[in-house]
Amino acid sequence: MTDVDDPKPATTPNPPHPPGLNAHLVVDRPPFHLDITVTAAPGEVLALLGPNGAGKSTALRALAGLLPLTTGHLHLDGTPLHHTPPESRPVGVVFQDYLLFPHLTALDNVAFGPRCQGATKSQSRTQAAAWLDRMGLKDHATTKPRHLSGGQAQRVALARALATNPRLLLLDEPLAALDARTRLEVRAQLRHHLADFEAVAVLVTHDPLDAMVLADHLVVIEHGQIVQEGTPADIARHPRTDYIAQLVGLNLYRGHADGHTVHLDPGPAITTTENLTGPAFVAFPPSAVTLHRNRPTGSSARNLWHCEVAGLETHGDQIRADLTGELPLAADLTTVAAAELDLHPGASVWATVKATQTHAYPA
Amino acid sequence: MTRSTHRTRRLLQATGVGAAALLALSACSSPSASDASAKPGGSSASSAKLSGTVTVFAAASLKESFTTLGREFEKEHPGTKVTFNFGGSDSLAASITAGAPADVFAAASTKTMAIVTDKQDNASAPVIFVRNQLEIATLPGNPDKISSLKDLTRSDLKVVLCDTTAPCGSAAEKALAAGHLKLTPVSYEQDVKSALTKVELKEADAAVVYKTDVKAAGDKVEGVDFPESAGAINDYPIALLEDAPNPEAAKAFIELVRSAEGQSVLTAAGFLKP
Amino acid sequence: MTSPDTTNAADTVRSGRRHDRVRPGIPLPLLLPALAGLAFLLLPLIALLVRAPWRSLPEQLTSAAVWQALQLSLICATAATAVSLVIGVPLAWLLARTEFPGRGLVRALVTLPLVLPPVVGGVALLMALGRNGVVGRWLDSWFGITLPFTTTGVVIAEAFVAMPFLVISVEGTLRAADPRYEEAATTLGASRFTAFRRVTLPLIAPGIAAGAVLAWARALGEFGATITFAGNFPGRTQTMPLAVYLALQNDPEAAIALSLVLLAVSIAVLAGLRDRWMRAA
Repeated sequence: MTDVDDPKPATTPNPPHPPGLNAHLVVDRPPFHLDITVTAAPGEVLALLGPNGAGKSTALRALAGLLPLTTGHLHLDGTPLHHTPPESRPVGVVFQDYLLFPHLTALDNVAFGPRCQGATKSQSRTQAAAWLDRMGLKDHATTKPRHLSGGQAQRVALARALATNPRLLLLDEPLAALDARTRLEVRAQLRHHLADFEAVAVLVTHDPLDAMVLADHLVVIEHGQIVQEGTPADIARHPRTDYIAQLVGLNLYRGHADGHTVHLDPGPAITTTENLTGPAFVAFPPSAVTLHRNRPTGSSARNLWHCEVAGLETHGDQIRADLTGELPLAADLTTVAAAELDLHPGASVWATVKATQTHAYPA
Repeated sequence: MTRSTHRTRRLLQATGVGAAALLALSACSSPSASDASAKPGGSSASSAKLSGTVTVFAAASLKESFTTLGREFEKEHPGTKVTFNFGGSDSLAASITAGAPADVFAAASTKTMAIVTDKQDNASAPVIFVRNQLEIATLPGNPDKISSLKDLTRSDLKVVLCDTTAPCGSAAEKALAAGHLKLTPVSYEQDVKSALTKVELKEADAAVVYKTDVKAAGDKVEGVDFPESAGAINDYPIALLEDAPNPEAAKAFIELVRSAEGQSVLTAAGFLKP
Repeated sequence: MTSPDTTNAADTVRSGRRHDRVRPGIPLPLLLPALAGLAFLLLPLIALLVRAPWRSLPEQLTSAAVWQALQLSLICATAATAVSLVIGVPLAWLLARTEFPGRGLVRALVTLPLVLPPVVGGVALLMALGRNGVVGRWLDSWFGITLPFTTTGVVIAEAFVAMPFLVISVEGTLRAADPRYEEAATTLGASRFTAFRRVTLPLIAPGIAAGAVLAWARALGEFGATITFAGNFPGRTQTMPLAVYLALQNDPEAAIALSLVLLAVSIAVLAGLRDRWMRAA
């Protein structure tokens, strides 16, 4: 993956830095090693997506200055910040559990930043009140954090971070602390506020939906390295690791393409509509899989595999079947269909996928 | 068997009362002489034999001389042990009346002894065995040129006195009254040794203590006599206590204190004969 | 429908078991020593009340000497607590929040006065701050300041003995407090000191209060270090415990009366402390 390489080493004298974020973050904490390069233009929302322990939070703490860089650099709007202490960085942070100061009211929490930046007590309170108003929290100015709902606390935390007028806004799992219902609502609000934000925003999350909805650009991190980056649509269509494929809910295989056929290594071949040559990925959603109890005879599908049910899982009114055998794959079917097929772990089934529902792309 | 023979001999040696005891004690400075006197002493033996522990509560000012006498007593009466509790006479008296187990009480004033006798905690009538005179203890070399009790009233001097509940404190009060002097100390110490220590540590410039304390402190302090002390001489009474766990040995110890031998040790420490 | 039922059943079983564990049979080998322990702790205090000279008590307690000693005790204990707060809280922060070589040793040394006999503390203070002490001789020759035999000396002796209580209490609270609040404050532009002052300090206020009350109570009861370092002079260095001790020599009734006053103050402090703890919980 060439995109991991640092295009502008820190040693280069006076490197030209465009406005926005330009960082090469290297943090060595054996056995953990983080080495990523991230860039973002003002107004852009960047999401760092990855499994737990991938290094997302380390990257965020390094950006905030709470963790020193082992090496690398951090430029914001052309200004080097890697030696600047956190309190002097124009960086705002929304922490995962918000960390609202429990002894201060919502208003005083938001006024804290402006006050530290030298505003008078009344100035900072006026500013804070304006921010709370913008967040629709006018009536909660005198409320202590423990009396705020999850969504309200999240907005106060956002207001507190924005009140310092940061040039870089960091959000650590901003929706993780919320229940599913609130999450939907708050996600929409957050998207709205992030769209209004004119500087760089970096979002750390393990939830692909948050990343897809909120970010313009996704950086996927695994084991401290970037494994893929691009627009959400691009990554959803072209996952490059099992992790991403699982995240976006796709069956993903790697093989060698020869015309309309991709030969998996090891495994069977998959017929696709794309015409490719050389290493390639093939992906198809679980909903593209059709299951049969007996070998189908009149089927037009070219992709036919004999499998065994390894497990069944209910997703709403859908059932996801985890299949092993000729080709390991996930298949979605309705509860009615599952009943008709008499599916149970250990059952033998035939799986078909139409070539038109597969998607192949060069690896 | 040999053991009991030994004990008998010890017993004979120890129980000598009056002249016999004095004889034995005066001879005790030389061990060979003591051994030699052991057999003749047997002739004047009385009933009890001495053993066990003698617990002596004694005024802090008696510390050096009584420690010496205690050692001699143990030497004279093998098998006995003398343990001391030195402190302010007032606090010792308080603990005796509160039931502290003790055989002998030697106080630094008749007033503190009276605390014990008032409660009838004494078995024998108190006897004055020495007297002590006050003296001013100053820093070595007397840098503040203190020559009289009146000098202590100078405002630039830090003077410590004993608390008036302690004999040395009431004696000092008496002396000051006799000289028509008003003295404000920096501290009223709980006993005479604490007062002296403050001068030894150079925290105070002077203290009114006993002659014996000045002597015991060696060159760490310098003594200054003052005429008012003559009117405030403390009598030191000693008494056997009512609930003495070891009355026989206790009696013997009191005898030792009052003997010529005992008196010579005490006067060497600076005490006056009664 | 069945699931709530099973949950309830499980709850009943669990709570039933909890009852079983406590109620039937406190074993005698535990109960008897426990009662003996209780009696041992309470009996002396009850005896103090039984033997109190109730008839002469009003007279005893209204005497100028008692009030002088009590007033001095309260002032000195409060001043010692203030001193402990000013230098003890930062010390606790240093121990809880920073890493430096020998921190464990420093921590052990800080708690030493907790186990040191107070008289030893008093002697040590004399050696350090006495007129002829290691530091005291310079204080004397440069500034003309001597600490023994002064009220300041009492405050110093009490602070020396009482401060470790505060440091230990505050350090424990700091360790339990989430350090990420300080991080959040720094990302908002607060210096580490501002973060401490405006965020950490209010967060650990209950711990500081509890530590201060402990230290104050310890200072109020201080005897050994005080009499050794500051001496005994009514109105200047004679605090309540010294007055009790000296009164016991010739006026036990006065000693009991003074002790009752201290007992009352201690009970009041405990009541206040309990209130605070309950509010914190």
